[in-house]
Amino acid sequence: MSETIVITSGKGGVGKTTTSASLSVGLAQRGHKTAVIDFDVGLRNLDLIMGCERRVVYDFVNVIQGEASLKQALIRDKRHDNLFVLAASQTRDKDALTQDGVGRVLDELKQDSFDYIICDSPAGIEKGAHLAMYFSDRAVVVVNPEVSSVRDSDRILGLLSSKTRRAEKGEGAGSQHLLLTRYNPVRVEAGEMMSVTDVEEILGIPVLGVIPESENVLAASNSGVPVIHDASSIAGQAYADAVSRLLGEDVSMRFLDAPKKGFFKRMFGT
Amino acid sequence: MSLLDFLRPRPKNTANIARERLRIIVAQERATRDGPDYLPLLRNELLEVIRKYVHVDPDAVQVNLERGNDGEVLELSVALPEAGRATGTSG
Repeated sequence: MSETIVITSGKGGVGKTTTSASLSVGLAQRGHKTAVIDFDVGLRNLDLIMGCERRVVYDFVNVIQGEASLKQALIRDKRHDNLFVLAASQTRDKDALTQDGVGRVLDELKQDSFDYIICDSPAGIEKGAHLAMYFSDRAVVVVNPEVSSVRDSDRILGLLSSKTRRAEKGEGAGSQHLLLTRYNPVRVEAGEMMSVTDVEEILGIPVLGVIPESENVLAASNSGVPVIHDASSIAGQAYADAVSRLLGEDVSMRFLDAPKKGFFKRMFGT
Repeated sequence: MSLLDFLRPRPKNTANIARERLRIIVAQERATRDGPDYLPLLRNELLEVIRKYVHVDPDAVQVNLERGNDGEVLELSVALPEAGRATGTSG
């Protein structure tokens, strides 16, 4: 039984690709055969975050247009032999992705006994974003605790409940999860940033995970090693927890509180 | 918080402001989300017509599309100002 999960957000720059990379690595680490697909035609970036940019020969559009087989285009991850990346094309032709074509590639992946297919959506609500969500069974909506990101997420939730194949067939929306990124507990405590509860209440869907703001995320993308590999970082641990919850395990939330300061820091620190 | 912080003015709780603004706008957008694209325009034109006769607030006109079993119902509600304060300008 394979499952297609879209990682989406509406707004750009909130951490969709970082999340797609870490969740797919996490699923592979847990023994599931996983494919992660970059739907951002023209602005390929998942390959960089996954650290396989120099091994891209064929891409998603090549497969759809019959210029390469799916097998030729799938890039096997260096660390996990059950994880594969399908890169986006760098073509500027926005119509390169077609609904039929995307459907065929996803079907072929399912026949290849992939357990999870992660679709990394582009920002916006245009064709690429629409196709990334269209065939999904579940959705992870990545959101920053910030007004424009929250509003855009609500817009995306509306599209998820009406513009997917499931919804069109009358099967109802698939399950939807929120994933908060760039969460800063110190600023939340100071009343400068909305809390998880605030965002959850406004959007009305359950939270899959909260990724604290961490310098390790940039370090991970700098080096092309998804941050979930960095087990010493809180962001990596938070992503690992999110993977567990995605697999249905009951794991309590961590890293939501500001670290307690010692006496000296309280008196003299910042 | 350090000793020096007591000397600085405390920043406002902007997280609460963000939350309240989002609550309102998200509720408003959800109400018209599944409706046709002309709903906001229809609402504005209705507002203009009503304002020719009665002075009402911009948010006094609510347009909702309800989906029932036997089709859709376009529901229009106009909150009129209290009697006596109405300023009819028709002439």
